Amino acid sequence: MNDVLDVALRLLAVFAAFLVLPLVVGQTEHKVMAHMQGRLGPMYAGGFHGWAQLVADGVKFAQKEDVVPAEADRRVFRLAPAVALLPYLLVLLAIPVGPDTVGQVVDAGVFFVLAVMGVGVLGSLMAGWASANKFSLLGGLRTAAQLLSYELPMLLAAASVAMAAGTVSLTGILDAFEWWWLPWQIVGAVVFFVAGLAELQRPPFDMPVADSEIIFGAYTEYTGMRFALFLLAEYAGIVVLCGLTTVLFLGGWHGPLGADGLGWLWTLLKTAVLAFVVIWLRVSYPRMREDQLQRLAWTVLVPLALAQIALTGVVKVVL
Amino acid sequence: MSPIPGSGLAKGLAVTLRTMTRRSVTARYPDVLPDLPPRTRGVIGLFEENCTVCMLCARECPDWCIYIDSHKETVPPAAPGGRERSRNVLDRFAIDFSLCMYCGICIEVCPFDALFWSPEFEYAETDIHELTHERDKLREWMWTVPAPPPLDPRAEEPKELAAARKAAEKLEAAEAAAAARADEPSGPAAEADGTGGGDRQGGEGPA
Repeated sequence: MNDVLDVALRLLAVFAAFLVLPLVVGQTEHKVMAHMQGRLGPMYAGGFHGWAQLVADGVKFAQKEDVVPAEADRRVFRLAPAVALLPYLLVLLAIPVGPDTVGQVVDAGVFFVLAVMGVGVLGSLMAGWASANKFSLLGGLRTAAQLLSYELPMLLAAASVAMAAGTVSLTGILDAFEWWWLPWQIVGAVVFFVAGLAELQRPPFDMPVADSEIIFGAYTEYTGMRFALFLLAEYAGIVVLCGLTTVLFLGGWHGPLGADGLGWLWTLLKTAVLAFVVIWLRVSYPRMREDQLQRLAWTVLVPLALAQIALTGVVKVVL
Repeated sequence: MSPIPGSGLAKGLAVTLRTMTRRSVTARYPDVLPDLPPRTRGVIGLFEENCTVCMLCARECPDWCIYIDSHKETVPPAAPGGRERSRNVLDRFAIDFSLCMYCGICIEVCPFDALFWSPEFEYAETDIHELTHERDKLREWMWTVPAPPPLDPRAEEPKELAAARKAAEKLEAAEAAAAARADEPSGPAAEADGTGGGDRQGGEGPA
């Protein structure tokens, strides 16, 4: 009985985090982006500095008609938002926040997390194919190309950390973490973060949804709640990516003020800083061209990730 | 090319971060009224006491957006035995601000200083027909017109003041003459003073 309650509580907590954190990131993006552009951003919804803007947006989306194009592959079209969103919920379940605070300890954590995150991109692919719209198809294919090229450096960078820790369990990696891993794995961290950004199709890697040329890529035909789910998936993806980078490369709950009870605060803080960086990059850089995207992945990120693995291996053998 | 590869990327990040720390430039208009220059050209006010219905503004208006109706009235002669004079009375003065292009020609052309720029700008309406504002509204806006700038030191006296002063002096002189006549009753009482008729045009209305 106690186990059931425990599981239910954990699931509930993860679900609450899954609903709240993306909204917090989204609101932060509204405000940070606005101020970086010399604007104020939302100021009215909710009264105080527009804090309820995303709630209002959600209400708006819920009121809209759910249109499915006549020529669309209806079942796939309707399924796609769920496929895009749910993997991030599963990944969030496996990310350790504190030494004992984790939704579910998965032994092959790195594998599980990266594999399931890859499924998330499948949602955009399904949406692009099922919409029966040439812009959606273009966006879907660009998503596919991006997924193919950026999964590799992401995996290689994560493998480097797994090599260093000698385990693929996320909590195991964090238990083995030492502060000097930070400079040791910094290249891998950058590669992982950049590749993750590309996989989330965040600017400057938002070629698949480039709204000025292919409308909104795979999401062109979506309206109402389904479109909102895709947006939520993007922000959940940011939370997951930043959480993963924190856990794998920034030492998760380890902090200079090693208070044992406050480890989860360190994780959240690092995740928040990374989320800010994600927003910052979006504001600062223009969209990369499709060929530049591919070239960055294959000629920069993959060699860097391989070099990181080599470095990790050398240091590991020497020690 | 920049000397250090990637320095351009860092510069981009620095620009956005610096902008974030500065005050944003957004005007929060409905909540905070804009700080406009005092002689902002927001709307045209009518000082209808000065209007003589000469119709110059309506004729010069490139958009034909000024509507004026008037009739003539006769006023009794100023002095007994004089001629009756006719006077224009303004019945309607309206400006259709849906047509007005705010060129200000009407204000420039008005010889009697009856039209002025007012900084008032919040007169949006939900129906385009309601943008035709009548004389009462135009007169109300007159209260928002800032006072004219002060004259330069030792400048020539404003015309209306000069005219008013001349009239007052003439009246004073006439009264003095009348008093002098009252002192010596045997004097001739033929000369009539002309304060009413001669100064009418100049002293019509101080702005």
